[in-house]
Amino acid sequence: MTDNAIVTLRELYKRFPAGKGTFTALKDINLTFGKGEFSGIVGPSGSGKTTLLNIIGSLDTPTEGTATVLGKKINVLSQKEAAALRNNGIGFIFQTYNLLPVYTVYENVEFALLLQKISAPERKKRVMESLQWVGLADRAASRPASLSGGECQRVAIARAIVKRPALVLADEPSANLDSANSHHIVRTMKELNRELGTTFLFSTHDEKVMQYLDRIIYLKDGAVEKDELC
Amino acid sequence: MKKFLLKGILKDKGRSLLPVIVVSLGALLTVFLYSWVKGVMGDSIEMSSNFDTGDVKVVTRAYARQADQYPNDLAILGVDTLLEALKAGFPDMDWAPRIRFGALADFPDSLGETRGQGPVAGWAVDLLGEGSREPERFNLPAAIVRGRMPESRGEVLLAENLASRFDAGPGDSFTLFGTTMEGGFTFVNYTIAGTVRFGATGLDRGAVLMDLQDARAAFAMEDAAGEILGFLPVFHYDDRMAQEVVSRFQAGAGSGDGISGQDQEYAPVMITLGRQAGMAEMLVYAEAISGMLIFLFVLAMSIVLWNAGLLGGLRRYTEFGIRIALGEDKGHIYRSLLWEALVIGSIGSILGTFVGVVFVYIFHHVGFNFSSMMQQASMLIPGIMRPAITPAIYYIGFIPGVLSMLLGNALAGRGIYKRQTSRLFNELEV
Repeated sequence: MTDNAIVTLRELYKRFPAGKGTFTALKDINLTFGKGEFSGIVGPSGSGKTTLLNIIGSLDTPTEGTATVLGKKINVLSQKEAAALRNNGIGFIFQTYNLLPVYTVYENVEFALLLQKISAPERKKRVMESLQWVGLADRAASRPASLSGGECQRVAIARAIVKRPALVLADEPSANLDSANSHHIVRTMKELNRELGTTFLFSTHDEKVMQYLDRIIYLKDGAVEKDELC
Repeated sequence: MKKFLLKGILKDKGRSLLPVIVVSLGALLTVFLYSWVKGVMGDSIEMSSNFDTGDVKVVTRAYARQADQYPNDLAILGVDTLLEALKAGFPDMDWAPRIRFGALADFPDSLGETRGQGPVAGWAVDLLGEGSREPERFNLPAAIVRGRMPESRGEVLLAENLASRFDAGPGDSFTLFGTTMEGGFTFVNYTIAGTVRFGATGLDRGAVLMDLQDARAAFAMEDAAGEILGFLPVFHYDDRMAQEVVSRFQAGAGSGDGISGQDQEYAPVMITLGRQAGMAEMLVYAEAISGMLIFLFVLAMSIVLWNAGLLGGLRRYTEFGIRIALGEDKGHIYRSLLWEALVIGSIGSILGTFVGVVFVYIFHHVGFNFSSMMQQASMLIPGIMRPAITPAIYYIGFIPGVLSMLLGNALAGRGIYKRQTSRLFNELEV
């Protein structure tokens, strides 16, 4: 584990029950992600990308081996501790944005900070700052329904980074976007990665996303096939 | 966070308006049905109390044994003394001496010849005494159909149905044929001051109401009364309170010196409404029926509202998934769900109870007139039924309103704990 490593995976296995036997989704994964990386996990469907992201995001635990994220061993975290880790240290960006439709753009972004019990003036400052980063400060009062897909994903990015997490996990963030919007949102994330030093970890098989990545880990049948710097 | 959740409730009509409407309707119906059942049952008992039984009744031992025949030859004597003793012993209660009688009414034509005759059931009560509450008990001012209240001796009120049958009205005279206390024959002329409709079919067929002094004069019952009715200082009959009064009376309170004489045939005895003919069963029946109806209705409403809570919780499955992924503790989400259910349930219950109480007050004032459906009824059933105004109407709606919402959401929320976080990406990206 290097000094600036924020994710360390060692001899990690994930098995799921399947019929009378088990299905091994991840096999002997040994990976380290350092602070400020802009990396992607690439592979076909069923290769184990999402399972790996789940474990790193403290949404799941490994069957064998260890996963250490931001200094916390995922294997031993309680449900509450895992929630606290996600709340304080990890931002999520989903393929389908998953904004809360009844709230405004501002409120969607603010929600992440409410969980951290940050004062109202500080929340306002940070929310507006995040919306400015993604270029949506003027849409703060809009509802998600009135935004385009690209704009929704930018709101999701603002929501992920507003709490200044050390790690942002993005699962197929461009899957529902057209080419121009895909480039736009990945460029936005790349800028945030540079400016804030936030580690971005993608799960993708989108070439448009891959061209921006600094490091690509290829997964095949649950195992690391290739790990290369770009 | 609460402000944030509140915003969500207000903005999401499926989370606020619809559940509030459902809860309000549930609470409204519960309040109204509860007061309706209580009202109908209570009115029947109250009517019996006012017209017939009192909350307690003092009669002679001998009279009590044949009470259904109103045997005035067994009436209480020395009523004034006994009344004073009762008023002194039970100052909170109202005491009303009455004479019940059966007689024959003879309606003459313009020449004074008999035009028609019919049996009447008579009530002699204190109509003319200052401060008497008897007119109020019979609801007389409102019950008068034609004419006015009697203002002097010799004036009576006649049931409108009876008067109509003999084509008689205010100002007309008729003769009452009856029996004196000693068993002699008596007939007295009276003037009809007004006609009344009580809303109790049994009474409306042939009642005559006259002042107590007129009856005493007619039936030779000076300082006597068939019965003395006692009314408790409470809105609805309270059997325990009535029993207590009887116990105190039996122990000597209010019976007056030289009058009680427990072993004497003509000694006064006190009987509660619940111990009078058929009333014990009536009380049990009323309690059982109203209890069962209210229980079933509250249960039904609870199931409906519980379902609403359950559906509301399931509808927000995705939202909870996002919140879990963003780092909100499952327990926190669950508690916030219950908090929202409490807010929605309370708002709905308050609104429903408010509207329900308004309806109860309106219909209590107006009443539902069912008398046309009970033309042939001989029981003392109120023809106009009204929901009752009781303290329970202010909180009964909260049982299905708040508790069921909470229960529904509590059950729906169990899914939050069962949710596997490892499935979140798959679930949220469908």
